[in-house]
Amino acid sequence: MAEEMRIVLRNYGKIDPLKIEDYLAQGGYKALEKARSMGQAALIDDVKKSNLRGRGGAGFNCGMKWSFAASATADQKYVICNADEGEPGTYKDRLIMENDPQSLLEGMAICAYAIGANQGYIYCRGEYPQVIEILNQAIDQAKAQGLLGDFDIEVRSGAGAYVCGEETALIESIEGSRGEPRFKPPFPPVQGLWAKPTIVNNVETFANIPVIVDKGGAWYADIGNPAYPGTKVFTLTGDVNNRTFFEVPTDTTIRALVFKFGGGIRGGKKFKAVQIGGTSGAFIPESLLDTQVAFDAMSAIGATLGSGATFVLDETRDLVDVSTRIAKFFEHESCGKCAPCREGTARMHELMKKLNEGKGSSKDVALLEKLGRVMSYSCLCGLGQAAPAPVLTTIKHFPADYNAKLM
Amino acid sequence: MVNLTVDGIKISVPEGSTILQAAKEVGVSIPTLCYHPDQAVKANCRVCVCEVEGNRLLQAACAMPVFEGMTVKTRTPKVLEARRTILELILANHPQDCLNCIRNGNCELQSLAEEFAIRDNPFENKVRGLPKDFSTPALFRDPDKCVLCRRCIEACSVIQSVNALGLEGRGVHSMVVPTLGKDLLESPCIMCGQCIHACPVGAIGENEQIDEFLAALADPNKIVVTQIAPAVRVAIAEEIGMTTGDMPMNVFVQGLRQIGFDYVLHTNFTADLTIMEEGNELLKRLKEGGTLPMFTSCSPGWINFCETFYPDLTNNLSTCKSPQQMFGSLVKTYWADKMGIDPANIYSVSIMPCVAKKFEAARPEMCSSGYRDVDLVLTTREIGRLFRMSGLDFNKLPGADFDPWMGKYTGAAVIFGASGGVMEAALRTVYEVVTGNTLEDVNFTVTRGITGIKEAEVDLNGTVVKVAIANGLANARKLMDQVRAGESPYHFIEIMACPGGCIGGGGQPITKANVKRVERIDAIYVEDEACEMRKSHINPEVTAIYEDFLHEPLGHKSHELLHTHYHNANKKFL
Ligand SMILES: Cc1cc2nc3c(=O)[nH]c(=O)nc-3n(C[C@H](O)[C@H](O)[C@H](O)COP(=O)(O)O)c2cc1C
Ligand code: FES
Repeated sequence: MAEEMRIVLRNYGKIDPLKIEDYLAQGGYKALEKARSMGQAALIDDVKKSNLRGRGGAGFNCGMKWSFAASATADQKYVICNADEGEPGTYKDRLIMENDPQSLLEGMAICAYAIGANQGYIYCRGEYPQVIEILNQAIDQAKAQGLLGDFDIEVRSGAGAYVCGEETALIESIEGSRGEPRFKPPFPPVQGLWAKPTIVNNVETFANIPVIVDKGGAWYADIGNPAYPGTKVFTLTGDVNNRTFFEVPTDTTIRALVFKFGGGIRGGKKFKAVQIGGTSGAFIPESLLDTQVAFDAMSAIGATLGSGATFVLDETRDLVDVSTRIAKFFEHESCGKCAPCREGTARMHELMKKLNEGKGSSKDVALLEKLGRVMSYSCLCGLGQAAPAPVLTTIKHFPADYNAKLM
Repeated sequence: MVNLTVDGIKISVPEGSTILQAAKEVGVSIPTLCYHPDQAVKANCRVCVCEVEGNRLLQAACAMPVFEGMTVKTRTPKVLEARRTILELILANHPQDCLNCIRNGNCELQSLAEEFAIRDNPFENKVRGLPKDFSTPALFRDPDKCVLCRRCIEACSVIQSVNALGLEGRGVHSMVVPTLGKDLLESPCIMCGQCIHACPVGAIGENEQIDEFLAALADPNKIVVTQIAPAVRVAIAEEIGMTTGDMPMNVFVQGLRQIGFDYVLHTNFTADLTIMEEGNELLKRLKEGGTLPMFTSCSPGWINFCETFYPDLTNNLSTCKSPQQMFGSLVKTYWADKMGIDPANIYSVSIMPCVAKKFEAARPEMCSSGYRDVDLVLTTREIGRLFRMSGLDFNKLPGADFDPWMGKYTGAAVIFGASGGVMEAALRTVYEVVTGNTLEDVNFTVTRGITGIKEAEVDLNGTVVKVAIANGLANARKLMDQVRAGESPYHFIEIMACPGGCIGGGGQPITKANVKRVERIDAIYVEDEACEMRKSHINPEVTAIYEDFLHEPLGHKSHELLHTHYHNANKKFL
């Protein structure tokens, strides 16, 4: 049965995050040294071999991404850590940054070496001022020890817009423009910040890197689900007994998340649904709980892994009401650039509100399905593409909740 | 070259082409809304989405580059459902008043709604109810109609470097708004109207004054006199379904008489006169060490730009009024006298390719005749509407002549309508005046074309005069920054606010692409070639006005009627 396995949280509780000596004593920065001795090509090959896939939501192969930026010729390249963590219910990146900031810096420095960058940015959620403080101190300490070489890292603070977690909107924001996603291609590894090759990776992705380099890609590839190997940090909220976080191998099932690590439903009530991946995650019914928490396994059931936020709902929850609130969130967070998201999120909220107030008909449900379907593949960025998922999956898996409210 | 398949048809297109371009090659026209052929890819309306094999997401054809082996499907059920739904969404917060709209019949959104058979929109119509902006005399904004394609913003910022329009708010509250103020008047807007051409719908338009015009016609005491700007003839054809340039001038004149104008005269006459005044002003500045480089002053959008962004350089502007305003002050003095008409009864209407002209005519100083020099400015588009309203068939209409004294013109005046034309016209005259030689070839072709910045040198009896020409204000800005830095090598600079010159003016038939501007430019030079007289100083009516009335260029009367002065912060006085 699944057990916790700590890779990115390896130093959690073991070190003083503000003492680089503690990190060094745990073998910190040995991986950076090793990476430099391997040479860029072999390093990237090993990261590819690990089959590490992005932990920010899109699940793109990390080594592959790096190889695009490495092979691009440019006078300047950038490494950006996406620490925007705007997904409600998610705090895994904060855990890493608060407890082990040096592992993130080391991961970024390895990436910088691999692609040939000398400037890095950490784009940190604005609501985390204490984390920004820790990061700045950690950077100062690493620099003072000369560990980062010519690689410089700056911390930038977000301004609270959810969409700024999307990598190209994040880049626009760092450039000082409206935080709006760009059309891709070109993708950031080819043309990113200031139109230069740029790697954007999530905090958790970077925190894996030192361990992968240290123990080898093959070691990592063997952990968990082979198509999405390694571990994943989950943060549990909602109607579970243990509202907590844990790091597990990716062959763990959703059922284990809820019932083993989460300790089951509070107050002896029955399980109704679980939403994984944050606000835009699908609502998953009991029948699909034996799915592994790996990228493709989740896709296969029409769900995502997202940030790993896990929101558990008991039998008393009204999913029409919950989905209406989510629809309101997306109306508010749409940046307004593309028509189907700008108009679609607003209409989705309007229709959900109508249904939730008992004023809707089955025609409105059908319209929501069409709207959601179209948005999911027509919107410019992931926000609009993912926004309909809660509505679509609740309609699909929990029709009774809707039927109960129809006129 | 890249090989791909579009709707089952194999095709090979240059690398870097988009799906939109590739599809066009095989005769597949993909619908677009935010796409603009001369602007950066926006990819924000999503109306152009297509299926690309192997991709769950639909791809925007306007933005997606082709790749080797790509398979594109442009009209699957999935694609059609997506496009129709997106159109329904856009239309659902769009005012449903096509019948009252200034772009009725010429609206990209209306066409799409028709093509996609949008009937019963399942989404409830909800209009934001935002206030309209009628703050300037030149153009209006109706933000409720805005589809947020952002093409106007790019026209204003990238093409014109004015940055009077920006984005405010997020999500469904996003709005295009005037920058630095509550309305266009408070913004840095220079009223060129290029945003009108960029707009796919009726969210921006000219301040239409057809009602005022019809009221003047209906007034038995008013003698309605008109002048036609050089760039209008080539483009008016487009308004009535003819090919660019195909409207014969005499038929155009007949059409105007049929609408009800009492007298039809031509701004080209004062364009020739401008050359006499401005050419002599340049020579005077060269001889007496006046402020150089001298800038042309015919384009009111450009004047607004100079007054707003380069108030320190207004001394470089020629003091000549624009041909419109020279005409205005002369029609109520010289012409009224010649015709024996009481100037108080003259209602002077100009037909312009321009919306900034509406502002220029409203400037308080433009009353040197003792009356409003120009009472009303109608754009080419408004005249187009009046022609359609009048039910005229221009293929059958007999020709008619201009009225006397201010209706004759030369090819030099005709080319005022295109970027470089004022410069070329000036050179034709200045060369002959200074050297005393007759020009063998009047064509100074280096000054022609739509290129943003052009330059030339002319040898005037041993003095080399360096000239530059810019169209589009972002280009003008480059020349102005040089002047401001004291590094400008030029003696004379022609600036036209609009891309391509007046043929691309904000009042012309809606012009989405620069290729249309190039067609109009070509038509202008065809007209010039066909003119018997091609040098302003040989226009007999120009000779007559100097003999009978003005006496000499830059003389006392000219100073009083044909020259002007400039303001800083020019909109404050409105
Ligand atoms: C609306 C939206 C919000 C996002 N927010 C985040 C975020 O807060 N943190 C993050 O790492 N990735 C976020 N992403 C994903 C990023 O675009 C990007 O895929 C990721 O940073 C890449 O890093 P990775 O490959 O290491 O996962 C978001 C994507 C979208 C569409
Ligand atoms: S035309 Fe392609 S997205 Fe608008």
